[in-house]
Amino acid sequence: MKTSKKLGLALFLLAVFVLVPVMIAATGRKDLYYTLTSVALLSIGSAGVWLTFYIGRINIGQGAYALMGGYVSAILMTQAGFSFWATLPLGGLFCALISVGIGVPILRLRGVYFAMVTLVLTEVARLTALALPVTNGAKGITSIPLPGALSIGGVTLIPDFATMANPKLAFYLLAVTMMVASYAVLWRIVNSRLGHLCRSLQQNEELAASIGVNTAYLRVLVYAISSFFGGISGVVFVAISQSIYPSSFVVTDSVNFMLYCFVGGLSYVAGPMVGTLLLYFGWDLLTVAKDYQMLIYSSAMIALMLVLPNGVLSLLDRIGGKK
Amino acid sequence: MTAILQVKGITKRYGGLTAVNAVSFDVQKGEILSVIGPNGAGKSTLFKLISSFVPTSGGEVLFNGTRISDLAPHKVARMGVVRTFQETTIFKSMTVRENIIVAHHLRSKSSLFGFFIGSSQARADEAEFGASADEIVDFLGLQAIRHELASNLPQGHLRALGMAIGLATKPTILLLDEPFAGMNHDETMTMVANVRRLRDERGLTVLLVEHDMPAVMKISDRIVVINFGEKIAEGTPAQIQANPKVIEAYLGSEDAAIGL
Ligand SMILES: Nc1ncnc2c1ncn2[C@@H]1O[C@H](COP(=O)(O)OP(=O)(O)OP(=O)(O)O)[C@@H](O)[C@H]1O
Ligand SMILES: [Mg+2]
Repeated sequence: MKTSKKLGLALFLLAVFVLVPVMIAATGRKDLYYTLTSVALLSIGSAGVWLTFYIGRINIGQGAYALMGGYVSAILMTQAGFSFWATLPLGGLFCALISVGIGVPILRLRGVYFAMVTLVLTEVARLTALALPVTNGAKGITSIPLPGALSIGGVTLIPDFATMANPKLAFYLLAVTMMVASYAVLWRIVNSRLGHLCRSLQQNEELAASIGVNTAYLRVLVYAISSFFGGISGVVFVAISQSIYPSSFVVTDSVNFMLYCFVGGLSYVAGPMVGTLLLYFGWDLLTVAKDYQMLIYSSAMIALMLVLPNGVLSLLDRIGGKK
Repeated sequence: MTAILQVKGITKRYGGLTAVNAVSFDVQKGEILSVIGPNGAGKSTLFKLISSFVPTSGGEVLFNGTRISDLAPHKVARMGVVRTFQETTIFKSMTVRENIIVAHHLRSKSSLFGFFIGSSQARADEAEFGASADEIVDFLGLQAIRHELASNLPQGHLRALGMAIGLATKPTILLLDEPFAGMNHDETMTMVANVRRLRDERGLTVLLVEHDMPAVMKISDRIVVINFGEKIAEGTPAQIQANPKVIEAYLGSEDAAIGL
């Protein structure tokens, strides 16, 4: 890493972990915790979507995995007495596993065909949640306890959220820690040979096969990682709202995950994070426009895509003098 | 001596069209064998069958006595049978060197997870791929365009890059589909010399499809002629040039295309 990048990273971490909580404490705008926690969690989901873009697949189905992860956590906690901390990885792994089963057949599709199937996936997930007895239909699962204490070998690492003076801050810190970890994984994938292989898939699958890449395996692996990200973001969302319904994540959410990636930039690891922040905040700020909120939001998005088709982050390249 | 590659009655049907019809021939180790025939004769389809990019409709291909037909293409590549594409097929948004490096995939000793965490084996692999890529660049004389983005290259260089990608897999048999297409005379002669050096210096077996008859006659040990999906002749360049069936097939399309 170049020193300028290292410095940028250090500043980012400082801002996220120290400055934001300090500012919020100073201004008393505690509501921002919820907004920023949502941005962090959504950007984990979009990181997954971004990764499927990276192998040349348009993924409009991340909402399905967020929903799935959320339900797995809710069910395990309320019906099997699992700790939240155990359901966090389990929710992600469950999604990864399911996505392997779904991915094997559908990842052979490309372009708009794959996109359409993933779009349907979210709806299928919603209908499944409505139909299954274990998910409790339209009534959903409510009164999910807050995350308990996390202790390893008798040492309490994280106290019980229910006993905290400021659980909002705790959720915020949990979400941004997960976000940083997810993007570290993403960065590492992209900058290792794994990323090089993904780019080979994105640019020419036939040629990739001819040089011996097991394209089917790689596609499924990437999709499973992507869905894991979707799952863990769902788990934490549910923990925050302490409830989950079939409509907790719908097609709109899936579309949004994809838009965050577009707006941020598909060739930048930080793209989905920046896109999520911009769009989520943009939408929030526009609530003052009331009835015109959607109109302004959509127009701004169209303008953005026309002016910066490679995403907001391509501005940096332009300024930096790269073509 | 048994042949390194045996093509036995291989057939490919697309609906009602038989693109390749019961074609058989053997390839000896270290041989340069050309497949020629008019447009649409089934040459590319034959290569796709050998490299197992399309399933067969009949017959089989044996590599060192083992059946390779209908295996996944990456498995056949792993065994050492690798094709290049007739269409310019490269990774467009990578540089020449990156194209060649990624094509070293089959030589990875590290697992994907190893690459992810940057294990010592992974780093050794990367170093090896880089060195080997540079060596291939030198071998094919591509030094000047090493760091050029592939999408910026002219046709002649793209063909050379296609071959470089094939070489990076360290094949035993390399199938080149029209490797000289879009090259001028000098470029073709350089590539002809390169293909010969591959065989002479590295013991590669080379199959190629080509329309450039002077180049074919110059480079080939033997030639297989395909017309309407069927093999109509097989022999040395001299035998093929004198074969009345071949002359007829070619006179039907292009006058004296066979270079008589
Ligand atoms: N995927 C396919 N589906 C249907 N028909 C096909 C397919 N691929 C090839 N064909 C047909 O099979 C026949 C042989 O095609 P092939 O590409 O093998 O010819 P070729 O000898 O390589 O020709 P050229 O010299 O023009 O490259 C042609 O009639 C072609 O239209
Ligand atoms: Mg052809």
